[in-house]
Formats: sequence, C-alpha cells, structure tokens
Amino acid sequence: MKTIQHTGLGIFLTGLTVFIALIFLGEYKVSPELFNTVVTNKGIKSELFINDIKNNVLEKTFTSPFKFSRAVTSAIKSANASHKQNSEWDKVIWDKPHSFSYAIAKEAGIGIVKEHKWLFWWLTFGLGIIGALLFIIPQLITLGAPGIKNDGIYHKPATNRGWIGWCVFTFLVAFYVLLYFRPDYIVNWTYVVDPISKSLNGNLASQWFLYGFIYCVVMLVMAVRMYIKYRHNNYQLLRTTSVLFFQVVFAFLIPEILVRFEKPWYDFKNAFPLDYDFFFSWNLNELIASGGLGLFILVWGVVLSLVIVPIMTYFFGKRWYCSWVCGCGGLAETLGDPYRQLSDKSLKAWQLERWLVHGVLVFALVMTGFTLYTYFSGTAAVLGIQTQTIQDIYGFLIGSIFAGVIGTGFYPIFGNRVWCRFGCPLAAYIGIVQRFKSRFRITTNGGQCISCGNCSTYCEQGIDVRAYAQKGENIIRASCVGCGICSAVCPRGVLKLENAPEKGRINPTEILLGNNVDLIELLKKK
Amino acid sequence: MEHIVIIGNGISGVTAARHIRKLSNKKITIISDETDYFFSRTAIMYVYMGHMTFEHTQPYENWFWKKNNIDLKKGRVTAIEAPSKTLHLSDGNTFNYDKLIIATGSKPNKFGWPGQDLNGVMGLYHKQDLDNLEKYAPNNKVCKRAVIVGGGLIGIELAEMLHSRHIPVTFLVRESSFWNGVLPKGESNMVNREIKAHHIDLRLGVNLKEIKSDENGNATSIVIAETGEEIQCNLVGLTAGVSPNISFLKGSKIETGRGVIVNRFLETNFKDIYAIGDCAEQQIAIDERKPIEAVWYTGRMMGETVAQTICGNKMAYKPSHWFNSAKFFNIEYQTYGWVWAQPKNNEARFYWEHPNGKICIHINFDKDTRQFIGINTLGIRMRHNFFEKVLNEKKSVDYVIEHLADANFDPEFYKLHEKEIVAAFNKENQTNIQLKKKSWKRILSI
Repeated sequence: MKTIQHTGLGIFLTGLTVFIALIFLGEYKVSPELFNTVVTNKGIKSELFINDIKNNVLEKTFTSPFKFSRAVTSAIKSANASHKQNSEWDKVIWDKPHSFSYAIAKEAGIGIVKEHKWLFWWLTFGLGIIGALLFIIPQLITLGAPGIKNDGIYHKPATNRGWIGWCVFTFLVAFYVLLYFRPDYIVNWTYVVDPISKSLNGNLASQWFLYGFIYCVVMLVMAVRMYIKYRHNNYQLLRTTSVLFFQVVFAFLIPEILVRFEKPWYDFKNAFPLDYDFFFSWNLNELIASGGLGLFILVWGVVLSLVIVPIMTYFFGKRWYCSWVCGCGGLAETLGDPYRQLSDKSLKAWQLERWLVHGVLVFALVMTGFTLYTYFSGTAAVLGIQTQTIQDIYGFLIGSIFAGVIGTGFYPIFGNRVWCRFGCPLAAYIGIVQRFKSRFRITTNGGQCISCGNCSTYCEQGIDVRAYAQKGENIIRASCVGCGICSAVCPRGVLKLENAPEKGRINPTEILLGNNVDLIELLKKK
Repeated sequence: MEHIVIIGNGISGVTAARHIRKLSNKKITIISDETDYFFSRTAIMYVYMGHMTFEHTQPYENWFWKKNNIDLKKGRVTAIEAPSKTLHLSDGNTFNYDKLIIATGSKPNKFGWPGQDLNGVMGLYHKQDLDNLEKYAPNNKVCKRAVIVGGGLIGIELAEMLHSRHIPVTFLVRESSFWNGVLPKGESNMVNREIKAHHIDLRLGVNLKEIKSDENGNATSIVIAETGEEIQCNLVGLTAGVSPNISFLKGSKIETGRGVIVNRFLETNFKDIYAIGDCAEQQIAIDERKPIEAVWYTGRMMGETVAQTICGNKMAYKPSHWFNSAKFFNIEYQTYGWVWAQPKNNEARFYWEHPNGKICIHINFDKDTRQFIGINTLGIRMRHNFFEKVLNEKKSVDYVIEHLADANFDPEFYKLHEKEIVAAFNKENQTNIQLKKKSWKRILSI
C-alpha cells in the first residue's frame, strides 16, 4: 500500500512539475493579420501603440511569455502615458495591460503545447489526477477501520505549518497571483484545457475557464479523500456530495453551457454580495440585453439574496449555503480539509474577524449603493468619489487579493476558511441572520464535555467550541458554517448540529447538567 | 480580603476558582507544580497521537487568569499546618490562606511490583507522563514493544496512543474480560474485539510479576505471573487505576482514608479546609456512588459546589444521576444511570447488539416496577437531558423504549436503529410498544 501511495505521489509531482514547466515552453509570434484583427476588434486608436508594436513585436519571435508580456504591456503603458499627458482620452487603452497582452498571446502562441493540447492535458491534469488518486485511495486500508483519523496531523510537515505547508502556500499564492494579475504568463495552461472548453462553450479557454476547470478537478479528487476519511459519517458524505454537485453543475457546467447558447455566464447559486459585481452596470446591461433568461437571472439574483438566503438560514442555519452549496466553501471543505486545524482560535482573532468580515459587508453594500445610484442617475461619481474607482478597489482588494490569494493561498498557514471567516460579505450577512433568527444550533449534550479541545482544534472557523461545550451551553455563533466536524471529532458525543424550535436555543448555564438539581434550579431563578 | 488557596490546577480546583470568582471578589491563588496553566488531563492522549498540540489542551487562553484576577503560583506544597493556616512549599517558603481547597487529584497505582520505578515504567496521568512517553516511546524504533498493565480506561487509551505510532502493544488485563468490573458482558466483549481488531496483543486474566531492567536501570522486559512468560519491551505502562494524591498530608492531622475524608459539604475535619475532586473521599458514599470518584465530571461538580459554600451559600455536594462516557478506539461509550456489570436481584436487562458487532444498547430496569434504572450504549450517542429527565421522573423502561427517537443524539443523517431495537424489545418482553416520532416539544420541554 505504501508503495502504491509513493508511486502515486511521484506521479502527482511529475504532473505538477510538467504543469509548472509549461509556463516556460513555447514561443510567441504576432502576425500582421492577427494584430490588425486586434486593433479592429478593440477599436485601438493609439498610433503610438500601433507603431510601437509594429516595430518591437510584430513578426518577432518571443521565447518566453514574460518577454512577450513586457513588450506588449510596456507599449500600452508608454502610449497611455503620453496620451494621458496630452489629454487624448479617446486614444488611451483602458484594458488591463496584462489582459490585453493575454488576448494577443493566446492567439500568438506557437509550439509544442498548442500543437499537442490533449497530450499535455494528460501530462499535467492526467498525471496529477491519477497520482493523487493513487495516493488517496489506499487510505481506505492504511487509515484502518472507519472512524476519526487525525493521527499524526500535528507531526506532519504538510499539516502543521511545516516545510511542505510552506511549499504548498508558495505554490498557491503564486498560482493566484498569476491567475489574477498575470494571465499572459499562463497562456500555455489555458491551451491544455482548450479542447474541453470548446466542447462545452464553443470557445477557446480563458484563464477563468482554466480556473473553473482546475477548481472542479481539485474538488473532485479531494472529495474522494473526504469520502474515505469520513466514511463513517453520513453528514460529511452528504455534505461533500452536495458541495461537489453545486460546484460542478452550477458553477461550472451550467454557466459554460449558457455561454454556448450565447447567454450570459451565470452561476445560479452565487448569491450577492459574494457575487459582488451582480449589480455592476455591465452585468445589468448584459442581463437586460439577454431577453427572458437575462430578466429571470436578474429577478432570481435578487430573490436569492433577499428571500431564499434568509429563509433557508432560518430553517437550516448558515450551513445550508456555506458548507452545502457554496463554491468557496466547497474548496475549503475538500482541498482545505487537511488544514482546518490551523485556524486561529484566540479571542483576538475573533475580534479581528468581526471587524473585518462586517467591514467587507459594509464596503460591498456601499459600493453597490454607489453602483446603483450611478446606474440610475447616470452620473459617474457619488459624493465626489468615482464609482468605478470604488469598484476597482473592491475587485482588487477583496475580489482578488482577499478571496483568492489570501483566502486560498493561505490554507496551509491560517487554515481553510480564511476568506469565509474574515472576508466573505455573504457569510457576514448570513451570519447575522443565523445569530439572531434561526432554528440552527449546535446542541451541547448536558454535562458530558471533558474539555479535551478536539472540537476547537478542528473548527475551521476558529470558534472556541469547547468554551461553550464545557459550560453546557449551546453554540450559537454567526460564523459557524455547520461543517459538523466538531461533532464528528468529539470523543464523548457532546455536540450535535440541530434545527429545532428557537425557544431555549440560547441557554447560558452556570452549572452543568448532572450536578445538584436544587443548585441548578437556584441559579436558573437568579 | 479573604484569601482562598487552591492546591491543584486540575478541573476541580480550576472550576472552584472560576465559580468563586463569579460569586465574589475574594483573593484566589491556585498552586500547582505540574504545569503553568490548567490543561485538560483527559486530552493528553491526543497530543501524543498528533491530533492536537499541548496548547490546544488548555481550555483558557493564558491571559484569562490575570483578567479574572486568579493568581497562579508554581510550586509544590509539601506540608499543611492547619492550626496556623500555613502551607509549606518545596522551595522552603511558606504561604498563608484563609480558606484552603485541596484538589490534588490522583496518582497512578503501583502495587509494589519489582521494577515499578525503573526508567521507561510510567503511568498516564500527568503532563510529565506525556513528556516521558515522548522520551521512551517516540516511535517504533526506540520502542520495539510496549506492555500495558491494567485494563481500565487509561490502559486502553494508552494502547490506542501507542498504536497510533505503530508501536506493538501487549495489554495485560487482570480480569477475564476488559473492564468487566464495570461493563456487562456484552459491552466488555465488544471492547475486547475492538482492542484485538487493532492488533493489540490482549492478554486476559493475567497479572504482572515483575519488570526487568538492563544495567542502566531501563526496563527491558516484563514477566507474567501466571505463565512465567517474559515479554521484551522498552516501555511499561502502569494503568491499574489511580488513587488520591495526598501523601503530602501526612502529619497534617487532616483526616484521611484512601483520600481526604470529607462530609457532604466537602469539608474536612478542619474548619476552612475543603477537599474536592479525585482526592476527596466521602465519609459515607452518596447513593450508589463510590466514596472516591476519580471522574472528570464529578471533580467539576464538586468545584461548582464548594464555590457556593465558600461564598456563603452553604451547599451539600449532591450530584444528580450518574453519567459517564469514554471512547474505546473507534467505539464511543456513554452511560446514564446505573447498569452494573452483574444485575442485582431486582433488576432485569435488555441488551441489543447490531449485527456488525460495534453498536449496542443495554438497558437496566426494575423487574417488578419496570422503572428505568440505567442505560449503556456503545456506538450510539444519547441525549443526557433526556435520561436526566427520565431518571428524575422515574419513568418506566417502556417509556424509554417508546421514546428512543427523543433520546438519540447521533449526528444528522446517521442510520438509526430504533425500529430494530423496539422490535427486539417487544419480542423479548411480549410488549407491543410503538416507537414515537421524535418530538422537540418533549425534548425541549416546551
């Protein structure tokens, strides 16, 4: 079994190595025809830029994406600088330089990867999947009989912030930085998934298609790990299946197929304000222009956030979304599961959490207010602040850095729910509903707690579950996503996630059940 | 300001301190030389197994004590001078108190076995035992085999711990079946099977004769009394129960038996000296309980109670119905009320076991009145609140069987076995009980 696992690990690392190496393969050469098309499609009016490209890029062979990117982006920057100085606003190229460069590079790339897309798919994704499964599936036997399997978690460098954790951290952060800010470096990665993209939406793969695809693959593979690790626990099995379903079908297949039918890309489960650009004018315009389906999406999006989210939360708690439906939650519960114990349980972290997560919610709501005001009034600025600027800041700080780079990149360091706990505005919103108006609670089983701390340790949201359990108090916390792991790891059967009548849901106790009945009564009366 | 001094920073002492703080602004000092801060003794197994770090076993962050104005003093009390209310510490200093709570817990039993103090021979109770374990059994290269002597809750925990590091374990149990002084046959057998399923070399009905050592005083093997068999090992775990840790009280004139003798108010024979937790021995045992209860929960309850008395609301220690829980490898155990290993004359039993051999439920009830007396479950979680109420209201076994759905505390979506259990009960007792649907109204009494 160990041999199979080591072979699997080897295969996986080979796939990963090829994947990383892909960045450095291939060449880029822009033909005059290609460039003319770009100029026409993008409506480029800057002769400075056109000449710069003609002199320095056209018909030249670039041996790396970095050089190519530098040539294109510097042409944009210098042209823009000069146009801005001369106030030639119509000539300024407003596209993000690296996205612009990506669009050209995608077409301009030549070489082995582009010519053998499926081969490289197998050498990267194929090997990665096979290797990972060979590593994971033998755990059916190596982990022993079904039950809680946390042996050695704090002895292993992968899960105790050791060197493997830091390597994974570096890789994930680098991946997100490239994805969000340097898509023109990872054109080769997108070639690999072109055939799949074509078959789904009819187009070549963008970096976002690539991301969606990786997301699904990672979740699928790591869900197998969850199925094995928690095979004694039906709650975990069902929950994992549910997040997997919503990711693959709702966040990936349906939107891509919508695109195929020239409808707007839309993830039906992604609720505002997590879906922060839902009310952005480009989205509203696109939806309104898309006929019946667009209008349906518009109404659905509003109803989802304002009606369905709070009602479902009333009946089932925040968990119905955060750990049964949400994509961010889905990744956290699959890829992130090995890191759940690394979340900070201190009171300080809780204080920071409340400021941050509610701060982001306020930020998102204010931004949306500005956006809608701008949309309906037609003025670009509110109170002297450009709506576009606010949107850009939000998109950069929250949408990319917080949700992506920190939210996922920091899994191996700060645990798997950094984004959900500290940053997600939807989580903040649902949390408020859960805290004040919900049937959901984690019931503490009378006096059975022995304060061992497994529940707190494995709470991905950094809730000090034990602090409640050892007082015999039910756990009612805005941040609880109802993953159910505290209940699973409890060695004494103390915790149970339940939906029940609101009465008695919050039960502060002085003395735990099992002590002197008169004393308990006495303190209740106080 | 009255100065309350507590010796021992375990669950009993710390609970007492917390509740005294809630009820008063008395000066509180906790003295311990085991660790700087309170930790959960029951969790040290998870540190060795790598589920948690030691810091995770500390229920309160380090700032908690200062914020709540509870002084922590590191030191070992060597003697108590009750008349002058003075404590003598091992560093030669003295310390005064107005009221004293002795909460020094237990120490592992040693029955005078030859070699019981050798290197690599240890109990599993203190933080220091955890450190020793890391020293003598960090892995299966340093520790080729471990022998555990004594088949109780700590013994099986130690077996699970060593197993997690792939160290072969021989488990010597004096009884003919695991913990069968407490567990009835069905449960005990199930645990035997679980132990063996984890490849633990379980030896039932045997005793330790001696522990042998090399010239450096390290344990190298043990000899079994009954067979004379010698088993090579690098670690010997002595887990044959615990007894009160009170040897420092010798000469203090504080009345002791096996533990510190206390009355119902947890008072010793000296005014202003109390004893709680594992080290306290009730003059007269309460109900069916033992005079010394070395259990987490009872320690906590005594702490809750003594705090009331010290703060002017004199209160007897009067625990409600017995409950307990444990985990035997992958099998969770809970008990509410009493299910003795052997039925008493007035008792009848109902035992149901799942065909997979890992789940069972065992109910004890009165033969004539059918009053429910207690329940054991393995592999099923039960609701404490439900059984507390059932026992308070002296409900019948039939009521319990009828309301099993209310009683269940398993996580959502777990396969429930209530229908099979009810059917088996009906068949065995010629009854026609229908399982009632779970009712929140009943569960929450609303």
